[in-house]
Amino acid sequence: MIEPRILEVRTKILKKNDELAREMRERFVRAGVLVVNMVSSPGTGKTAFLKQALARLLARGEPCAAVVGDLETDNDARRLAESGAPVRQIMTHGLCHLEADMVEKHLEGWDIASLRYLFIENVGNLVCPTSWDLGESVRLALLSVTEGEDKPLKYPGLFNTADVAAITKIDLAAACEFDRAKALVNIEAVRPGMRVFETSAKTGAGLDAWLAYLAERRRALVDGTPPPPRRSV
Amino acid sequence: MHELSIASRVVELVVEQVCSAGGGRVAAVTLKIGALSCVHEDALRFSFNLVREETPLANAELRVVTVPVVIWCAACGREVTLPGIQKFACPECGTPSGDIRAGRELDLESVELAGDAAAVEAAKGRII
Repeated sequence: MIEPRILEVRTKILKKNDELAREMRERFVRAGVLVVNMVSSPGTGKTAFLKQALARLLARGEPCAAVVGDLETDNDARRLAESGAPVRQIMTHGLCHLEADMVEKHLEGWDIASLRYLFIENVGNLVCPTSWDLGESVRLALLSVTEGEDKPLKYPGLFNTADVAAITKIDLAAACEFDRAKALVNIEAVRPGMRVFETSAKTGAGLDAWLAYLAERRRALVDGTPPPPRRSV
Repeated sequence: MHELSIASRVVELVVEQVCSAGGGRVAAVTLKIGALSCVHEDALRFSFNLVREETPLANAELRVVTVPVVIWCAACGREVTLPGIQKFACPECGTPSGDIRAGRELDLESVELAGDAAAVEAAKGRII
């Protein structure tokens, strides 16, 4: 006679992804490379922002690379490669987010230790990438002035997992009647104390401050300073 | 719809558990889903029904326990539960806090294995 019984499991559903991501993060930290996971809606301007960042880092002699996720096409990889940095496209064929193993697979053959910065441009989506750790040290949430100031309130889950935020396309702020103060209040409401960079890939505004922040985070990583607390629980 | 990926992981994990318990049919699966996990319960149920076919979970009930966000309020010196997920501040004194103590859960809590018909009847008898 088989008795009904209850197995107390108490495990994270995304355990496999979390374990691989942790392992990847340790590997990146040992190699001295700061990894940034960029998340936003489609059309926020992640690619333009990243292309500028890559070009500026390379001009300063800072080796960097990027992997970019999209459902289809390698258009973004081709745009990013114009910066001169090594870039690889991850085509997800319908999957709405990147997972750690997809990133790992696309890094094969790259000498990670020769890099100082690695950027992961996630699939444009403000919901699905939230729960997938990609082994990054910094999660950047981007919001463009054309999207409306209340985006953080509409997608608090994702903004709340970010370490830092960037407002993009500020050159269009006046035309969009963007309410800067309201946007900052909304970001603060869903992630108290998060640092926000106000940027334009077109004019270059805010990009040097962003790169200075990355340099600071990388220095701390190389020195072994514990990173600021993030995504507790 | 990332719920499909999540439901697939749930089924994989449960099948592993069933195998190491020596096999059997699953009567129920209990998940703990935090308010900040960005998982839509209906989408998760829909996905679960798709991916469980032809597995030991084929007739399993999906139980979802939702967990509200709990933050630490430094001013009050205690954990407080938030009524929503749009303002990370103490609902009582208004102090903002990013110190999250609960609400991100995406956990498989337990798996209930079904007994055979006789054992289920016997178990019912014990309960009465």
